[in-house]
Amino acid sequence: MTPAADLEALAEQAAESALAAGAGDAEAAVQDSTGREIRVFDGQVESLTEAGERGLGVRAWIDGRVGFAYGTDLSGDGLADVAADAVEAARVVDPDEHAAAPAPSDDAGRAGDPGVYHDAQVGAMPTPEKIGLAKAIERHAREADHRVAGVETTVYVDEEVRWALCSSTGLRGFYEASFAYAYAQVIAADNGSKQTGLGFGLGRSPVALDPEAIGREGAERAVQLLGASKPASRNCPVVLDPTVAASFAGFVGGVLCADEVQRGRSPFADRLGEEVASDVLVLTDDGTDPEGMASAPIDGEGLARGRTTLIGRGRLSAYLHDSYTARRDGGARSTANAARSGYRSAPSVSTSNLILGPGGASLEELLAGAGDGVYVTDVAGLHSGVNPVSGQFSVGASGVLVEGGELGTAATEFTIASDLVSMLSAVSAAGAEARWVPFGGSVKSPPLLIAEMAIGGS
Amino acid sequence: MPRRPPQPLIEPGLAARVLDRALARGGDFAEVFCEDRSGFTMAIDESRVERAQRGGERGAGVRVASGETTYFAHVDGLDEADLERTADAAASALAGQRSAPRPLAAAGGPELQEILTDPAGVPAERKAELLRACDERARAAGGSVTQVMASYAEGRRRVTVASSEGRFASDDRTRVRLGVQVVARRNGAVETGFETLGAHRGWELVEGGVAEATAERAAQVALTLLDAGDAPAGAMPVVVGGGFGGVLFHEMTGHGLEADHVQKHASVYEGKLGEQVAQPHLVAYDDGALPNEWGTEGIDDEGTPTQRTAVIEEGRIASYLHDLRSAAKDAVSPTGNGRRESFRHLPIPRMTNTYIAPGTATPQDLIADVDQGFYAVSFAGGQVDPTTGDFVFGTSEGYLIEGGRVTRPCKGATLIGNCLSALANIDAVANDFEMKTGFCGKGGQRVPVGTGQGHVRISELTVGGTAVG
Repeated sequence: MTPAADLEALAEQAAESALAAGAGDAEAAVQDSTGREIRVFDGQVESLTEAGERGLGVRAWIDGRVGFAYGTDLSGDGLADVAADAVEAARVVDPDEHAAAPAPSDDAGRAGDPGVYHDAQVGAMPTPEKIGLAKAIERHAREADHRVAGVETTVYVDEEVRWALCSSTGLRGFYEASFAYAYAQVIAADNGSKQTGLGFGLGRSPVALDPEAIGREGAERAVQLLGASKPASRNCPVVLDPTVAASFAGFVGGVLCADEVQRGRSPFADRLGEEVASDVLVLTDDGTDPEGMASAPIDGEGLARGRTTLIGRGRLSAYLHDSYTARRDGGARSTANAARSGYRSAPSVSTSNLILGPGGASLEELLAGAGDGVYVTDVAGLHSGVNPVSGQFSVGASGVLVEGGELGTAATEFTIASDLVSMLSAVSAAGAEARWVPFGGSVKSPPLLIAEMAIGGS
Repeated sequence: MPRRPPQPLIEPGLAARVLDRALARGGDFAEVFCEDRSGFTMAIDESRVERAQRGGERGAGVRVASGETTYFAHVDGLDEADLERTADAAASALAGQRSAPRPLAAAGGPELQEILTDPAGVPAERKAELLRACDERARAAGGSVTQVMASYAEGRRRVTVASSEGRFASDDRTRVRLGVQVVARRNGAVETGFETLGAHRGWELVEGGVAEATAERAAQVALTLLDAGDAPAGAMPVVVGGGFGGVLFHEMTGHGLEADHVQKHASVYEGKLGEQVAQPHLVAYDDGALPNEWGTEGIDDEGTPTQRTAVIEEGRIASYLHDLRSAAKDAVSPTGNGRRESFRHLPIPRMTNTYIAPGTATPQDLIADVDQGFYAVSFAGGQVDPTTGDFVFGTSEGYLIEGGRVTRPCKGATLIGNCLSALANIDAVANDFEMKTGFCGKGGQRVPVGTGQGHVRISELTVGGTAVG
């Protein structure tokens, strides 16, 4: 990979080029990453991808106007072209009194160690060993239960990424990070019923992945749904497993981002300080959690990342900000939640790692608390089924019926419907065991017991 | 721009040298895929033009197939040194004897789609004006309209594919798309309307008032939904709207017909070629060659010319959708469905423009026969598990049908069901055919796809709403 000093020099040169092209202020971020993806099917490597990606994004400000451009040509001319495109883009938009380059004074904290989120084992483990890991996941899935009919896909992915950032206002930063994840989509069949289940694991390096646990989880989830039928429509208690709770938490985090709030597109707009959830619910955004895959010492604007309590004991206590939304808010400070999904996208407000506070209950206790209800283990169509403005949702679900406080028969082809605030307010208990889930961002969540939701079935 | 043959991104001589290197350590097949893409996007929000963004990328992906395994590497840049390094990286995991590629065919390529005005040549100020006009039109639709967000995107994607089987083909694709989202509020109710316009066309797509009409339609949906009540819950007849209603067919049938799912025993349509899966009146196609449609391309991303493929004929499964690899496995001809998001991705079987052919009934006929049911005009999106056939769709605009008439709007309902039964239950297709644009995600890759149909009626489907009783 490109040495840190070279990436920093490229960022500096690009920012200077933008100033030379007419920008009042400019910022450049350079990304360099390498990674691999291994897909296994039927005990054989289906594909092995060696991936490298290098590019930069430039933001240019001219009198309250901001433009963005990106490119992959890192030669002097290439940098100048991208810088000129950013300046040209800034010239065509309307002025916005709050649009200005972030400055070191926007920073609330001190950035941590640039290498703490990187594990050298990602690069050190030879590819054949990673292939072995992927094959082991598939094998464990097959061996987990005699009703496993096949494994549709087994995928292993790892990546090492470096970011360097430089702005004309004096912000500078560099860090490196690594991650590895693997998943298997397992098919179970029995008595004419066919179901699928997903098992997954993630960490900073392949060493953190447990192939047996991943394979077994996929198999168990698929087998658990065999013989499922459509439940009757009704209102009843619902237990969300950690993956489902995390998906909803990710959605809640999205509408707690200040840009959506300020533009009136959030069910949480104008509700700071109000009760928006039951008092067992605590939701935090932590951009520096050592286990969080979204952790970094700095955010996408070069400000030191930190920790923000969003909902504490049921009360809405903060929104997530970048430097623009903080300036627009007047009294707020950036929470350093500007994120870049890659060099191709301009930074925007986003959750980092969302952490849903655990409670004291075991899963068995949550199910007992539900009495007669539904244990939801998977949801589908979250993006099309939730209205982010009103918070109303109706999403497809599958899981297991809870009968007399215990797991009963499997259920599929039903919907769960409510609105985000009603659902959060109806959380009556959180489980003790939380888990990191990569759906809906990076979220750590326990299972949740919801006192009542609408089930749409037969 | 006049129609012209696409220009290759690299010389055939260089392509041949790269393929040679890719097969240096053995392999049955090698391919280099070169791409040059550029684009511009801009949005209006709070009546302010913002988020102007320009970008471009050039790069290549090299794959080598040996037996059941594909080795793939990609690089930013199209210089000879970049391509050679990538070929070496793809070949590095092999340890066999050099194999020889076939000589490349003469540079070929499809006839390009007609682009009247290259959008990249239109000044950004005119694009800003277009967005302002959309904003004004949507706001003029009613006092309850509180927010209008519109986004404009244009992109050009040039590709060249060369393979050890002698293919050497290029394509040049220009697309323009407009999306408008409107939020309306009244007495505490908040609703959104969304409408899109897109095609494999130039700037002419958005000229002449079409863009403004798109904005007005989005506003009308939001305003209508302000009066919406709870959606019903339970099984009932469902009439699905034309155009984007076709996403239902895309999800519940199209994905299951993609040959990779079928070959991995992960499709409910496996082993059903020639079988009756729908009523005899149902005919459906995937057509990557439809002139100027959103999902249209001259060649797919493996160099196979796109074509019209009948996927359902008289209610029977007529064909699966293939890329080179799946076609070879089934010993059939590829159908031009090998697509990839970019040079950083491997091609897989994907839909292009997928649609149910028009029937003879009118949309009114379909509704008139329903006593108690649901009318799903359009969807916010959907998802399917091809293995089990279970699907779910979020409706963005829906109404109650009572006594053969559309009575009142319903808030965001979800349709949920199983592909095989829902497909078999399509008992009528109307004649008001329309195509709409969308993006389809599969295996982490996002590609533009067209979906279309006239109104369609499904005799029984589960509606998941909040009204339980």
